[in-house]
Amino acid sequence: MKFGIVTFPASNCDYDAYHAVTEILGEEAVYLWHKDHDLQGSDVIILPGGFSYGDYLRVGAIARFSPIMQEVTAHAKAGGPVLGICNGFQIACEAGLLPGALMRNSHLQFVSADVRIRVENADTLFTNRYDRGEVLKIPVAHGDGRFVAPDEVLDRIEGEGQVIFRYADADGNISADANPNGSERNIAGIINDAGNVLGMMPHPERACSLLLGSNDGVRLLESILSRVAA
Amino acid sequence: MSEVTPRAGDPVITPALVAEHGLTKGEYERLVAMLGRTPTFTELGVVSALWSEHCSYKHSRGVLKTLPTTAPYVLQGPGENAGVISIGDGLAVAFKIESHNHPSAVEPYQGAATGVGGILRDVFTMGARPIAMLNSLRFGSLDDSRVRYLFSGVVKGIGDYGNCVGIPTVAGEIVFDRAYESNPLVNAMCVGLMHEDDLIRAKAEGVGNPIMAVGARTGRDGIHGASFASEDLSEASDAKRPRIQVGDPFTEKLLLEASLELIKSGHIVAIQDMGAAGLTSSSAEMAERGDVGVTIDTTKVPTRESGMTPYEILLSESQERMLVVARKGHEDDVSAILTKWDLTAAVIGEVIAEPVYRVTEGSKVVAEFPGSRLVTDCPSYSPEARESTAIIERRNTAPDAVARLPEEANHSWTLDKLLSAPTIASKAWAYRQYDSTVRTNTVVGPGGDAAVLRIRGTNKAIAVKTDGNGRYVYLDPRVGGRIAVAEAARNVACTGARPMAITNCLNFGNPTRPEVFFQFKEAVAGMGEACRALGTPVTGGNVSLYNESPSGAVYPTPVIGMVGLIDDISRVTRSTFRDDGDAILLLGEMGGELGGSEYLSTIHGKVIGPPPACDPAREKIVIDALLEAIGSGVVSSAHDCSDGGLAVALAECCIANQEHESGAEIDLSSYSGVADRAILFGETQGRIVISSSAPARVLAIAAKAGVACSEIGRVRRSSDVLSIALPNGSLRSSLADLRRAYHSTIPTYMSMTVEHTTFDELSPVAAH
Repeated sequence: MKFGIVTFPASNCDYDAYHAVTEILGEEAVYLWHKDHDLQGSDVIILPGGFSYGDYLRVGAIARFSPIMQEVTAHAKAGGPVLGICNGFQIACEAGLLPGALMRNSHLQFVSADVRIRVENADTLFTNRYDRGEVLKIPVAHGDGRFVAPDEVLDRIEGEGQVIFRYADADGNISADANPNGSERNIAGIINDAGNVLGMMPHPERACSLLLGSNDGVRLLESILSRVAA
Repeated sequence: MSEVTPRAGDPVITPALVAEHGLTKGEYERLVAMLGRTPTFTELGVVSALWSEHCSYKHSRGVLKTLPTTAPYVLQGPGENAGVISIGDGLAVAFKIESHNHPSAVEPYQGAATGVGGILRDVFTMGARPIAMLNSLRFGSLDDSRVRYLFSGVVKGIGDYGNCVGIPTVAGEIVFDRAYESNPLVNAMCVGLMHEDDLIRAKAEGVGNPIMAVGARTGRDGIHGASFASEDLSEASDAKRPRIQVGDPFTEKLLLEASLELIKSGHIVAIQDMGAAGLTSSSAEMAERGDVGVTIDTTKVPTRESGMTPYEILLSESQERMLVVARKGHEDDVSAILTKWDLTAAVIGEVIAEPVYRVTEGSKVVAEFPGSRLVTDCPSYSPEARESTAIIERRNTAPDAVARLPEEANHSWTLDKLLSAPTIASKAWAYRQYDSTVRTNTVVGPGGDAAVLRIRGTNKAIAVKTDGNGRYVYLDPRVGGRIAVAEAARNVACTGARPMAITNCLNFGNPTRPEVFFQFKEAVAGMGEACRALGTPVTGGNVSLYNESPSGAVYPTPVIGMVGLIDDISRVTRSTFRDDGDAILLLGEMGGELGGSEYLSTIHGKVIGPPPACDPAREKIVIDALLEAIGSGVVSSAHDCSDGGLAVALAECCIANQEHESGAEIDLSSYSGVADRAILFGETQGRIVISSSAPARVLAIAAKAGVACSEIGRVRRSSDVLSIALPNGSLRSSLADLRRAYHSTIPTYMSMTVEHTTFDELSPVAAH
């Protein structure tokens, strides 16, 4: 399977995603330059973390207009898998691939920490190798990670099982203390209604080695592999 | 030589104008003699920047020459943008530390951000990809609202810049002391990884090769930043805010990728950051290193605004710019790479055979200096050095004479006070704002003795740390200089790394004051002794003088940035207790020296006594024994004993890792020759707290090396208490109390108001 990893000018987790796919998963990966219109036949697209075009205006606001995003959007509309991590989640929301938006963290500071997230739906393209209710240890590193959406949208995506991850404590309890950025309803990751676009603030590609503290992110990549390859 | 005449519209050279440019009468005479005529305004500006302390090291050069700089694995020593050492497998590590103190004192956010940007560029211009950032920060007391403003601004500036570029900030240190009240220290270190073959130096070569300006355009910001950094801070400093540069990490990220691509491409022969003194210093230094002439036309430099004079273009410190010497005929290839990254590149001059440094505005010559004398003719000073008698008196004041406070009858009260002293307390409030895990190499991140980064494609890792203790250096600069190096070495050794080499950032006061120059000379001598004994040469660094404000000089604060190498990544060791039932050992002497301690400062408000003795040869033996024990696989954890002494070190081993706390049961009752408080809080050097499941092995290794080592207790995972039996009493603290003291201090301070006050509003603070 071929993973296409989009490189915006200030993407800085493209390299980490590339290594997770090639070294940990053992699959093929290519970098997709933001000025290009070619997905190079990629089966899965990763929008990686970083600061896309500097993000001085609003995170991801310029990136959605980049040439490559036209192709990524077409790929998503056609049912192709897209994984947006951190800045990639922000861009996917800006591009209308996912509902809601990511706002400045409630405490107004950047937050870099290992957090715990609870798997809310294990029956998706991206989470089928996890158990529902399982607690994962995955790092976050962002200044704009507070997920917001109108109440009716939140109710709808919760009702449809589109909330995939929530910030939790080590025992799986959902609490304000476990929420690193003030996200509504502790939401850390969501999926679109078609089930082929996942956006999440935590970085699964940074949780692929026990040497670095956690390998809980590996099964996310394996989930995609098992479903798409099948 | 060309005929050089004053440029229409430029000011006439007067003694007042010369003085305004910070040149002494003697220096001005030197300049006139070199030129054989009156300088133009542009030439005066160029020389004022290049001969500023910041660029020329005119007061420090002679002393710095005494430091050891070589080892078989040193590929590049001092004199380049960064030092480089080989780590085997064809790989090398480039690293450098630099100060951004003065800008940060006036505009903390931009000052710190551009400090990070500058040091990043120093590393990637060597051909290395930055893999880690560290920083050493010094502020006044957090009780002061301006200090909280400075602290929060600096931390945010460091974070926003490094986070955007995508380089993890992995380690550092933060100290709070009134000595730094209005002159904070902001030192940033960058570490990069490269293939040895990609090493490139900033040396102009090849007559006829074009000189190109690449990256951001040149604006009017930061003009005379280097000179600003070379004078004392004063009430007038706020008015010099426009001298402070503004950073743009997005452009830096583009420049980083474009520069590494340029270096790999083979289209260029040299590249240098336009840092302090901008185009002036980068072009003059590259020419001097290559022993060639250069000519630059300022009308060709891409600018942000029209009407900039040659003077402004030469002295601008606009950020995110590089000067490149391209191979003749490859200009378009260079431009293509920059265009890919949406940056500009312009040919602005050329390498020439004629031994001159020439600047033109179109066809008119506006500045011209003979040969490389612009750099080499800079004066070098060796001012008078004399120790302050007041400091001698402090050093000779015996700590034992300090009466115990009534509360100290309860040792856990004292321990609580020390753990909640901002210098000792957890700095998570700061480092949670730094992305420490991007690039997925961080094995040990902030909060440990040193950070550890894996080296992909090998079984190796490197350990990095910055360290310094200004109070020790203040009380005894020779000993303090030794300790700075030794402690940094111990810190990296605690992770299992062999100390390899250092970069240093020397923060001192005004060198024309004899007591300051004494501190500088002695501290460098002490550092040199320790570097020689430990086998860790100096590969470069930075000197920051004139760290003085109306309230006096800062503590003399040499900061050491140490790099160590771990050959077997499976041996990486952490600082906190791990396994239940492990024996706890103290490697090194009990000592019990209280002079210069955090205990005397925090509990008694006293900065007195001799700092703890430091014998670099002994330090080497202790480190070797520690590394042998770690290499044998019998060490569960290792933690350096430093600020706050053994009691603080033990408490940190129990509670620093909030996800894995342990209690401990310690018995020190056999040390009856030492007072209880000295056992607990003395800061004797060369000591490591080790936990091990095979204490006999550790004891045997220590005995063979001739290092004192005693089993002093046990790790109790299920206990929620740290207990210590003493010759004349005991200490018993609950982990809950230790945790609260250690983890909540800085967040509590920083939830208080932060307000911006300028120097003008500051009331004079009594000199320390």
